[in-house]
Amino acid sequence: MRLTFLLGEVGNGIRRNASMIISVVLVSMVSLFFLGAGLLAQREVSTAKGFWYDKVQVSIFFCTSQSTDVQSCADGAATQAQQDQVKSQLDSMKPLVEHVYYETSQQAYDRFKSQFRGSPYLSDVSPAAMPSSYRVKLSDPSKYNEVVASFEGQQGVEAVSDQSNVLSTFFKLLHVISVGAVALAVVMVICAILLITTTIRQVAYTRRRQVSIMRLVGASATVIYLPFVIEILLATVVGAALAVGLLWALVHYGVEGLFHSSGSSTGDLVSMIGTADVWDFAPWLFAGAVVIALATAWITLRRYLRV
Amino acid sequence: MIRLEHVTKRYAAGGSAALDDVSCEIDRGEFVFVVGSSGSGKSTMMRLVTREITPTAGSILVAGRDLVPMTERKVPLLRREIGVVFQDFRLLEGKTVYQNVAFVLRVLGEKRHRIKQLVPETLELVGLDGMAGRLPHELSGGEQQRVAIARAVVKKPPILLADEPTGNLDPETSAEIVTVLDRIHKTGTTVVMATHDQGIVDVFKKRVLELRSGELVRDEAEGTYAADETRERERAAQRAAEALLRDED
Ligand SMILES: Nc1ncnc2c1ncn2[C@@H]1O[C@H](COP(=O)(O)OP(=O)(O)OP(=O)(O)O)[C@@H](O)[C@H]1O
Ligand SMILES: [Mg+2]
Repeated sequence: MRLTFLLGEVGNGIRRNASMIISVVLVSMVSLFFLGAGLLAQREVSTAKGFWYDKVQVSIFFCTSQSTDVQSCADGAATQAQQDQVKSQLDSMKPLVEHVYYETSQQAYDRFKSQFRGSPYLSDVSPAAMPSSYRVKLSDPSKYNEVVASFEGQQGVEAVSDQSNVLSTFFKLLHVISVGAVALAVVMVICAILLITTTIRQVAYTRRRQVSIMRLVGASATVIYLPFVIEILLATVVGAALAVGLLWALVHYGVEGLFHSSGSSTGDLVSMIGTADVWDFAPWLFAGAVVIALATAWITLRRYLRV
Repeated sequence: MIRLEHVTKRYAAGGSAALDDVSCEIDRGEFVFVVGSSGSGKSTMMRLVTREITPTAGSILVAGRDLVPMTERKVPLLRREIGVVFQDFRLLEGKTVYQNVAFVLRVLGEKRHRIKQLVPETLELVGLDGMAGRLPHELSGGEQQRVAIARAVVKKPPILLADEPTGNLDPETSAEIVTVLDRIHKTGTTVVMATHDQGIVDVFKKRVLELRSGELVRDEAEGTYAADETRERERAAQRAAEALLRDED
């Protein structure tokens, strides 16, 4: 069978069953979109966790001149002596304290500014209002409580925060999103498989005379199946392409747009996935689409299209 | 070319036999009419030869191939040796006459220049030159059947099966169609035609195989539609009926 003839037959099949083919495109798009979203959420969890575990687990914020309502800050901004005291205490807590670094209020302000660019509240915040802090990296992140307890309420320390607590809500949310997306993806993949089955049966019906003549003149099973398989393959691959496009848009305009982190330094609270992660998953989504299409088409044709 | 040996076909296990212990041989280059009333098993015989169905018992040889042990993968090769024509033409509605005929060759992967040569040649053979661009619904029944015949023989099969090809046509057109089949027969093709068209069978004087409720009851060279003794009996029945009608008056 020549390629032009084959493509002509495929084109005919798509034209005559346009609505079914379009629904296959859409259903594969939606199922692969959810699958991709689930995978991206998982990756976000590991990216953020990796980032977090790599950096700090506990932050010790010093009093600013504005934090007088906190009891340990009654004397105003933390003095250099109070800060040095904290530092030497931290140094004595090795090896649990693996690494300590200091963030000045100016650095904190810069980071804040880059994280919340375009926010109307930005003008209300001055560098002096941002606390300087020690960021502490622990050798065993699960023992953050020991560190938190020893600095809580100390003079000049406004707050000790175990940021993994803050993040754990975020992780939980991501986890729910991820599991939910994958569950939806599974449901949608089942829909896609059923729809492909129905579509092939409908296409086979509109092409029944063609098929019967092909059989009659001695066309091989492969030749008879080929137009069907190509139609379904095209539809799912287009669906996969659309899904990747949607995921890219989601990450580019959603994640990267909201949590823009470019240019900011290591002090970021979380690190977000980027469009590069979408490209990482794209081949897998395409492969999934191809496998689902081929397997379903083949099984359906073997079952319903006698050759 | 085609050999049936003690072939029995039951569609349902334990049901009545559509073909009952039929043995016959059709040689290369023959033209054979298969006759018999509706339900006598003519189409069943055709479908066995194309291996659309397999026999319940017996063996079938077609073009040197044994059809009973044949695997599904080999069936297309068998079918490339056989052209088939049906009562209801079965043309592809959206395709022109030319495309309908070329379809077969394209499906079989024939080279473009061969298609350009074979299709007009075949259309001329069946008397359709000048109609290549027409769509099926722009043709008469006889013309449509010519297209179907062209489609069946364009790949030059050694065997042509025609299952009641004149069933939907008037007597004159039917005769034309069988003339076309005869022309194809003269090119060396083995032709088997199932029919209940008495006029055709009587005029063309070919070998006749007669089936009656699945049994092969007659195999006659240059036969007629009804066997001589049958016609005797029919005439006797007619005379009796006429006598009865006279008595009633
Ligand atoms: N697919 C089938 N399933 C079950 N029984 C069938 C099937 N096809 C045919 N039969 C039966 O087999 C017998 C022979 O049918 P067949 O079609 O071969 O007859 P025929 O001689 O071609 O008749 P006609 O002249 O009407 O076409 C009939 O009794 C018919 O009911
Ligand atoms: Mg029949």
